[in-house]
Amino acid sequence: MSGSHVTVPTGAALRVKALETLLEQKGLVDSAALDAIVDTYETKVGPRNGARIVAKAWTDPTFRKRLLEDATAAVAELGYGGPEGGHLVAVENTPQVHNLVVCTLCSCYPWPVLGLPPVWYKSFAYRSRAVRDPRGVLKEFGVEVPFNVEVRVWDSSAEQRYLVIPQRPKGTEGMSEEQLTDLVTRDSMIGVGLVKAS
Amino acid sequence: MNGVHDMGGMDGFGPVIAENNEPVFHEAWEGRMHAMVSQVAGRHFRNIDEFRHAIERIPAPLYLASSYYERWLNAMMTLLVEKGKVTREELVACGAAPVDPAQPANHHAAPPAKLRPRKPRFREGDRIVARNLNPTGHTRLPRYVRGKRGIIEHDWGEYVFADSNAHNAGKHAQHVYSVRFDARELWGPEAPRKDTMRIDLWEDYLEPDHARSKASKRKKP
Repeated sequence: MSGSHVTVPTGAALRVKALETLLEQKGLVDSAALDAIVDTYETKVGPRNGARIVAKAWTDPTFRKRLLEDATAAVAELGYGGPEGGHLVAVENTPQVHNLVVCTLCSCYPWPVLGLPPVWYKSFAYRSRAVRDPRGVLKEFGVEVPFNVEVRVWDSSAEQRYLVIPQRPKGTEGMSEEQLTDLVTRDSMIGVGLVKAS
Repeated sequence: MNGVHDMGGMDGFGPVIAENNEPVFHEAWEGRMHAMVSQVAGRHFRNIDEFRHAIERIPAPLYLASSYYERWLNAMMTLLVEKGKVTREELVACGAAPVDPAQPANHHAAPPAKLRPRKPRFREGDRIVARNLNPTGHTRLPRYVRGKRGIIEHDWGEYVFADSNAHNAGKHAQHVYSVRFDARELWGPEAPRKDTMRIDLWEDYLEPDHARSKASKRKKP
């Protein structure tokens, strides 16, 4: 870093700073507590959690069964839970069904298992098109689903938050849970990606 | 409300553009914004429905011109002013630049729900029609399913009704169902035959499909 590059705060940066200062003066927020929340989402909660869940479901049939029956309880076994994770639902891709998750009305997302959503998930393009043209959206992510497979789109309109269990790729039969975890991408757990063996 | 936030099925927003190795927050202020809402919402806002509705009340042209966390910023200031935690003048004076909402919080409350027995009205497999409701307040019934025929796939149990809860008009807990709609029912005969939607809908959004429903048949003496 040269130190000569100065980032000019955007309008929003200045407005948010002004608001934080005002709310702190009024005792409505506590800056140290805000730091802790930011740190949680930057370092502790993310799609690695979901990947562990998927890898466990692939290797442990009794866990898979519990996950499909009550995902909130099943992921709590691994220590995951919290805001936007009170009513988790796992939906499994099969040779007959490809699942895709969206929230058309805002950007609901299973935070405890996937972290905060990427910008594209919150974009107007995704929110508007995922329900009407899911196959077109999937193509933009490089995924082509044959027409004899049902594309099943889940719109997170109430409290349920969805995690897609992607299909386990061929050629991974000898892999450990840890190795499988490394293969599972965030996109595959939203339904816009497939898991590849390497 | 029939807001611009209700985007399912709209055209004109272009392709979905994904970013590789995206950071959790692109700029520090986004993280501060996320954390402030997390901290203040639990203590001073009534519920998530109220916050979502405050986002929906951002004037439509500004909603479209704002990023996700800019919408959080505007919505948060709206609620802070409406709840008397800060004044609009204080926000102006400090440079936070509040935006007046398109409509007040209780512009329209959902009609008071009747006291209902806890028994669910629908069962898995029942054929339903999503009602053609157009409330001017908060709702989680998107336009693209209104008037469409679907099938109850699953009963998730009872949940606080977002439409009334957002307006402090009572919890009116009722069953929420996972409802299946065929893509062709929603988007016409051009849609792929096998494709379907699942959407979670509160009982008040639904009525039996009288032409086909098992639920309506059960009610006959």
